[in-house]
Amino acid sequence: MGCGRAGARLAGMLDADGHQVTILDTDSYAFRRLSPEFHGTALVGNGLDEDILRRAGIEGADIFVAMTQGDNRNIMASQIAKHIFNIPRTVCRIYDPLRQEIFNTLGIETFSPTTIFTDILKQHIEGKR
Amino acid sequence: MYIIIVGGGRVGYYLTKALLDEKHEVVLVEKDETICNAINDELGSVSIRGDGSEVSILSDIGTNRADMFIAVTGDDEDNLIACQLAKHHFKVRRTIARLLNPKHAHLFEKLGVDVPVISTEAILEIIEAEVPTHTLTHLRNIEDRKLEIIEIRIPPKATAIGKAVKELKIPPAAVLALIIRKGIKPFCPSDETIIQADDSVIAATPVEAENNLRMSLGVSDPKDA
Repeated sequence: MGCGRAGARLAGMLDADGHQVTILDTDSYAFRRLSPEFHGTALVGNGLDEDILRRAGIEGADIFVAMTQGDNRNIMASQIAKHIFNIPRTVCRIYDPLRQEIFNTLGIETFSPTTIFTDILKQHIEGKR
Repeated sequence: MYIIIVGGGRVGYYLTKALLDEKHEVVLVEKDETICNAINDELGSVSIRGDGSEVSILSDIGTNRADMFIAVTGDDEDNLIACQLAKHHFKVRRTIARLLNPKHAHLFEKLGVDVPVISTEAILEIIEAEVPTHTLTHLRNIEDRKLEIIEIRIPPKATAIGKAVKELKIPPAAVLALIIRKGIKPFCPSDETIIQADDSVIAATPVEAENNLRMSLGVSDPKDA
């Protein structure tokens, strides 16, 4: 869910590895970011809408990844996937590090690009000193 | 009571005002600076600028000692996440969230919202009651019992008019609780009660028997009324 730069790139990589990938975005213009080699499905719709998720084939999915720009949207969509559709794994991007920690303890796999990126940057800066 | 409200739109504003009038301690969290200032100018310093799903703001305003946490922004996801933080991180006893998509109500309850308030459904109920041709009004859902309390108004051409309750094929799971009739005190109907035109019948029924109940009273589908 979310075909931004990261979403489109991840979808392309997973597709290239032979996984069956469906990518969702509310704006069809976002799909321009998908590589021409992408063989998966691109679907316009809101990932918070259960009907859209069903149409995207969520019921047979092994993993659901939420990576829109909105932290709360990602958290809510992941929880829908986990608690309504019983998807075995849900991964969720949360920019806000504090929110990420809290929701990690509430049972969804969360990643904070803020934490990851600043950690790498800090190591890089200090390593070069 | 100490009450925190997230979202300074129309709902949040009037709610804050009403709760202040009732002498509660209220803090309103609003993202937009202009709205925040306008509310403070009018109601005194009650509004703080910030994101209601950010832990630092919620800590600053003492969410851990709040008796009630109410999220009424225009976005379901923001209301849900704010309430989840209040419930699970700050241990607020009672959380209330406004939601626009009725389909999310169950999820909200499951994830830490004590009272999901579905504004679209609430509006629909009021409209149902106001439209005179509408013969059926949903008064209340009792979610955990799968029951609803409804009001059926008997229109002049209903087939039940002039018949006793026992002659009607009321679904076994439904109960006629009260009849409100013009000019007399409302009363509990017995088997012998004769239904009259313009009666208002208050009944409790399982959701799935609602249609049969309506038919048994000879009231046609609200859409054709």
